[in-house]
Amino acid sequence: MSDALLDKLRGLVGKPAGPPFRAWDAVNQAMIRHWCDAVGDTNPIYTDPVEAAASVHGQIVAPPTMLQAWTMKGLVPPPSDGDGAQAELMALLDGAGFTSVVATNCEQEYTRYLHIGDELTAESVIEDVSPEKHTGLGDGHFITTRTDFRDQNGDTVGTMRFRILKFKPPEKQEKKVPRPAPPRNQDNAFFWEGVDRGELLIQRCSACGRLRHPPRPMCPNCQSLDWDTVKSTGRGEVFSFIIPHYPQVPFLDYPYVVAVVALEEGTRLISNVIDIDPHAVEIGMPVEVRFTKVDDELTLPLFAPVKA
Amino acid sequence: MKSLTYADVAEGDELPALDVPITRTAIVAGAIASRDYQDVHHDPELAKERGSKDVFMNILTTNGYVGRFVTDWAGPNAVLKKVAIRLGAPNYPGDTMRMTGRVTRKTDGEVEVALKGANSLGDHVTGTVTLVLPS
Repeated sequence: MSDALLDKLRGLVGKPAGPPFRAWDAVNQAMIRHWCDAVGDTNPIYTDPVEAAASVHGQIVAPPTMLQAWTMKGLVPPPSDGDGAQAELMALLDGAGFTSVVATNCEQEYTRYLHIGDELTAESVIEDVSPEKHTGLGDGHFITTRTDFRDQNGDTVGTMRFRILKFKPPEKQEKKVPRPAPPRNQDNAFFWEGVDRGELLIQRCSACGRLRHPPRPMCPNCQSLDWDTVKSTGRGEVFSFIIPHYPQVPFLDYPYVVAVVALEEGTRLISNVIDIDPHAVEIGMPVEVRFTKVDDELTLPLFAPVKA
Repeated sequence: MKSLTYADVAEGDELPALDVPITRTAIVAGAIASRDYQDVHHDPELAKERGSKDVFMNILTTNGYVGRFVTDWAGPNAVLKKVAIRLGAPNYPGDTMRMTGRVTRKTDGEVEVALKGANSLGDHVTGTVTLVLPS
């Protein structure tokens, strides 16, 4: 995260979010009715003049939680909407990739209920900008504004503290191409079944005792077709290695190390060296096997440096 | 509509639960009634592009339900002084939000209610409402 960005954002704290906004329309019965219908509120003080007059309110009042609705700018904002710290804050965050917004907190205090004909003006100040936070929705900044609502006489009728999260929508998950599984056949089945059990097996000629890898049917030394296996300690050293750069394949994370590992038992196998900066790998480096689940389907015998 | 008096309520009293069906109509009607034209509250395709699984209810509408939930119980003579809410799990179409609450404090004519609205994903809203009831 960029401290320069946070400094710029924090520089706007305490500044007016924008010019005071005077509600397009006075408090009116039509908007009250839309609101009550939308949330299923049948409290008669909002729509029934007789019942409202008989209540402690004495007349029709607007639902108090509707406070903010009166000064929402709506579908066609005023030309002055681009002025002020709020627009600057949003532009800075949009530019840094925090393009989505969600409201997280709202605290409203009501000095008095609003009556038909009240004309509201909202004045907002940027109260706080948080450092970048990791959230369930994505990484983002919380922005808190405080708004004072005043009536046609300049008297405060309510206040609001409002917090939003301005966040980076998570990248659309591309379906990761799975790493191809090594083919299993009659000759090498024992090796991969050993891996499945967490054992690194080496083929051994039953006639002359020589170890061989990769698996094959005949001993290159005595031509015997008889064999069994020994279990390797899994320890060895890097005999040689490369860091492939090109062509990149979609199922590997770059850079990575392909190494020939010489096992203590004397045979060599080709694998990857993991858990180390690829550029820190050296020939002769002691390594040991790590049976690594590379995805839900596939476990491979990879190698990691032996911890000192 | 019956109105409660201050003497009628006691700390620990439970408010009658309210089940709110979260329909597309409810979400869009609430957004437009609150003059909130953010596309995530009415346009499913744009909502998805912005990382949401569908349109979701805006906070102003949630505020409206919170106010209604409390005055459905307290009646026309209640006067709300403060509503403080925090949003969690979004209200997506097809879900139901169950609102529950109880009286947590009663002092000097003021009553505090702690409430929540829970949907299938978890708590959509938690908060407190402070109100005055007639004596």
